[in-house]
Amino acid sequence: MTFRFNNLYSLTLAVCLIPLLWLLIDTAFDNLGPNPIQALHIRLGDWSLRFLWLTLAITPIQTVTKWRGMTEYRQMLGLYAFFYATLHVLAYLLMDHALVWSVINIDIIESQYIWFGVLAYIIIFSLALTSPKWAKKRMGKNWKKLHRYIYLAAGAAIIHYYWQLKGNLAEPLFYLVIISLLLGFRVLVWVKNRQLTRLMIPTGQRVLVVPVKQFVMAETIKKKLSQCHPISQQDESLSSFQSIS
Amino acid sequence: MIIKTKKDIPASEITDPSIFKKRRQIIKATLATMLTGGVIWPALANSTQPVWGNLPKSPVSNDSLTVTPAEITKNHTNYYEFSFNKKEATSLAQNLVTDPWSVEISGEVEKPGSYHLEDILGQQTLQEYVYRLRCVEAWSMVVPWVGFPLASLLKMVKPLSTANFVKFTAVYQPQTMPKQLANAMLEWPYVEGLRIDEAMHPLTILAVGMYGERLPKQNGAPLRLVVPWKYGFKSIKAIVKIELIKRAPITTWNKFAPNDYGFYSNVNPAVAHPRWSQNSERQLGSSFFTPRRQTELFNGYGNQVASLYSGMDLRHFF
Repeated sequence: MTFRFNNLYSLTLAVCLIPLLWLLIDTAFDNLGPNPIQALHIRLGDWSLRFLWLTLAITPIQTVTKWRGMTEYRQMLGLYAFFYATLHVLAYLLMDHALVWSVINIDIIESQYIWFGVLAYIIIFSLALTSPKWAKKRMGKNWKKLHRYIYLAAGAAIIHYYWQLKGNLAEPLFYLVIISLLLGFRVLVWVKNRQLTRLMIPTGQRVLVVPVKQFVMAETIKKKLSQCHPISQQDESLSSFQSIS
Repeated sequence: MIIKTKKDIPASEITDPSIFKKRRQIIKATLATMLTGGVIWPALANSTQPVWGNLPKSPVSNDSLTVTPAEITKNHTNYYEFSFNKKEATSLAQNLVTDPWSVEISGEVEKPGSYHLEDILGQQTLQEYVYRLRCVEAWSMVVPWVGFPLASLLKMVKPLSTANFVKFTAVYQPQTMPKQLANAMLEWPYVEGLRIDEAMHPLTILAVGMYGERLPKQNGAPLRLVVPWKYGFKSIKAIVKIELIKRAPITTWNKFAPNDYGFYSNVNPAVAHPRWSQNSERQLGSSFFTPRRQTELFNGYGNQVASLYSGMDLRHFF
């Protein structure tokens, strides 16, 4: 089993490099169209966005399918989002601007769409820095707090994509729809949990329950629920609550 | 009773005047290749055969500029009537029907009317104009246009003193233009405008060709405007109507997003688009690791056109 798992992991690791290989081939064969510099750095940006979206898709997939052990994949995809974002930034600085900082500075100051790109990159950069397991252990609760900023990075990335366009919004709309679904899913789960908490715990008890760890809270609700109405619908919603806790 | 008459010669059968004029050259070339054993006919059948071999350069042409390779110019052009994607627009634009073509000139003029393109061309002297084209998307290219000054066409129809602005309208052809058919994004047909002094300026031309050939359809065939000191979208393609009017026309991009695209839209590195800088531009055809070009005020045509805007706050009238 371990062998198979590692195999799949290595395979995924390799597959994620295909976009880069494909881009290198297109560059070598002069296949990037009439504005190759722009095409190159936009394609890197596109892939960074796609990997960021894939990273954000892991948690909903785990919740829905109840699969376990995808955390490593989420980390890998996140690091690939960072990898392609870094290449995107380097292509902008080196290939497009040849490191002429006087021009780069004005471009960044005057281009609002770049501000959002910079914001997204700073976030993804700090998430990548704190990605190793030892960093996670060391940071404790703060790790989760910091890594929630991925939602802000996603928002900034989509604005970065939208605002550089003159009006053709069909392509980024696709990405907007996907991210709305991915983030919307989380909001739904959150709202549902809140409602359940409100419904199931009497006001007096709530004060006591809140500081207790989440799984204890789930247990409390489960008990309360079985006491009141053991309706199947509620059982279903309860299970989804438990799986994300 | 049936009266049999000879059918008129269809327009498609009429020899192109430019080929007709070159008949002696063609015969000579044919004889020459027959003697040397070469083949001439495939070359003649090729539509990319230059139509205007050695046109005189206009005195306002920038001959010091390095011309962008034609392949780039032909494949990197916006044509939102066809598609919002440049590549797709280029292939879809091949469906545009450009023959026959006439241009309606009306409004504050002494001689309004509808003019066939051939008749207009018959009265104009074509010259080559090498201009830099700066797109609002922060890229630029250098194009050798074939055309004539807009002023010489306007003089033909004699503008009245009440003509303060010129409004240009592009073709409305929804059967070939998917975005017009879908009523997508912009208001169709595309409309652009100039102040009369801008329109009469010697740099402002109507182009019918580029790189010595007829304009490719994606680049604005058969007749387009070229105003080199303004952002590319002012240089409207496939013109069917020119109106001289009293008040400033409402132009397409200006109407779509008035804060982003002004009526003047003069190239100005100091006035950024609300969402991106206009300070520098990517010159198409340059290799990787080449710095961007510093954008110039009026796209480098300041010496000729700055006086048109003297006393105007260019930040306000962007």
